[in-house]
Amino acid sequence: MTEQAIETDVVIVGAGPCGLFAVFELGLLDLKCHVIDILDKPGGQCAELYPEKPIYDIPALPIVTGQELTDRLLEQAAPFNPAYHYNQMVTGLNRKDDGTFEMETDGGLKFHCKVVVIAAGGGSFQPKKPPIPGIEDFEGTSVFYSVKRMEDFRNKDILIVGGGDSALDWVINLQPLAKSMTLLHRRDEFRAAPDSVNKMRELVASGKMNLHIGQVTGLKGDNGVLSAATVKGKEGEFNVACNSLLPFFGLTMKLGPVADWGLNLEENLIPVDTEKFSTSERGIFAIGDINHYPGKLKLILSGFHEAALMAQEAFRIINPGERLLFQYTTSSSNLQKKLGVA
Amino acid sequence: MAKITFIEHNGNEHTVEGDNGMSVMEVAVKNMVPGIDADCGGACACATCHVYLQGDWAEKLGERSEMEEDMLDFAFDVKDSSRLSCQIRVSDDIDGLVVKVPEKQF
Ligand SMILES: Cc1cc2nc3c(=O)[nH]c(=O)nc-3n(C[C@H](O)[C@H](O)[C@H](O)COP(=O)(O)OP(=O)(O)OC[C@H]3O[C@@H](n4cnc5c(N)ncnc54)[C@H](O)[C@@H]3O)c2cc1C
Ligand code: FES
Repeated sequence: MTEQAIETDVVIVGAGPCGLFAVFELGLLDLKCHVIDILDKPGGQCAELYPEKPIYDIPALPIVTGQELTDRLLEQAAPFNPAYHYNQMVTGLNRKDDGTFEMETDGGLKFHCKVVVIAAGGGSFQPKKPPIPGIEDFEGTSVFYSVKRMEDFRNKDILIVGGGDSALDWVINLQPLAKSMTLLHRRDEFRAAPDSVNKMRELVASGKMNLHIGQVTGLKGDNGVLSAATVKGKEGEFNVACNSLLPFFGLTMKLGPVADWGLNLEENLIPVDTEKFSTSERGIFAIGDINHYPGKLKLILSGFHEAALMAQEAFRIINPGERLLFQYTTSSSNLQKKLGVA
Repeated sequence: MAKITFIEHNGNEHTVEGDNGMSVMEVAVKNMVPGIDADCGGACACATCHVYLQGDWAEKLGERSEMEEDMLDFAFDVKDSSRLSCQIRVSDDIDGLVVKVPEKQF
């Protein structure tokens, strides 16, 4: 697949609170942004780990939940029409001879930009891999943590493990394609949406799929080809024949591809200066939880400040020689026009 | 105040004191007990603070909440003695608590 690269001023890696506020600060300086996140939604940790929990230390918002903060940041950035790309892991980052950057995602998207802002937080959210002995031998051939192409599962004997929405959604979507479908969960109660649970129960009742209660303890097979999973249930151990296994145990944060971009790293953090929040590479900035400098606090408000200072330098790189006027949003008619309030 | 013993997968024991009102997870993190990751900081949103209650502590501490039960679906090798340590509050009643830390929180 050779997709046309998307041209933009800035690509922001990570749609957490700091990436979202960077869209706003860059937007005030007329810089266009594309934001990429591996999650299926914006908000980073705030939306994935604690959407309902109150945050008490956002200036001037005495109490705001993780989800509300995310929604407000999106609203604040909206006048600048940023483009958001979800379910995409930024895998490649290369500098071209002319100093601009090429980036690509695992979903085949390509970008060409002048400035890169890494707002990757604690790393990318990735599926948890259950520590079943020998599971690595089957990964990518018989064991998958996500479904990229449903067709790949046609006529397979599929075992799906888990009780949440991902597990149940894939049970329902893949069952019509599969040769056989089995769902395994540790208890006979499901966290997933009631509608999905009902559909799954109907499929079981009509003999179109199997449901087992228990936990996988081992895998059987050769050369990466799975033949069965050993399951421990209430009545002891048994085998479930399968050649495709899809475990859904939620997400965890892993540094991920950021480590491969040739940047200095100290204990999985990117050292930056505190004037521009630039990495060791000119044109690549790091803000939010992913960066480190003397006195760094992993707080949302620190990331907001970092975004504002970063944007100034990003402007200078993209518009060399142009003077940057310092302006207030309260009084600048120019800024207000950009915000659509003038 | 309560004395809590964490037993690592390799058998190493850490007996530490926790103040009332803290969570057992917080006591572990504060005392740098290895093996409790607590990615979500105690929001019952990550299941990386999984422990196994030892002895008869499972009966003594009573039922897990529905939220904790749901989140345990994201833990590995869940047993009847499984708990998320961020959901256990320290009080005088849990003095002497012994928990085992799984090999990996994954
Ligand atoms: C339970 C809990 C409570 C908290 N309470 C507070 C509080 O009260 N006050 C406070 O200030 N802070 C709090 N924090 C911390 C706060 O959430 C973080 O400081 C903040 O989320 C950092 O924002 P960020 O934008 O830097 O990164 P994140 O929120 O971590 O977002 C980074 C995003 O980048 C994505 N990403 C990374 N690498 C890639 C890649 N290669 N490709 C695609 N996407 C990628 C990730 O998937 C993620 O969505 C709390 C954190 C937790 C867990
Ligand atoms: S610390 Fe995340 S669930 Fe306990």
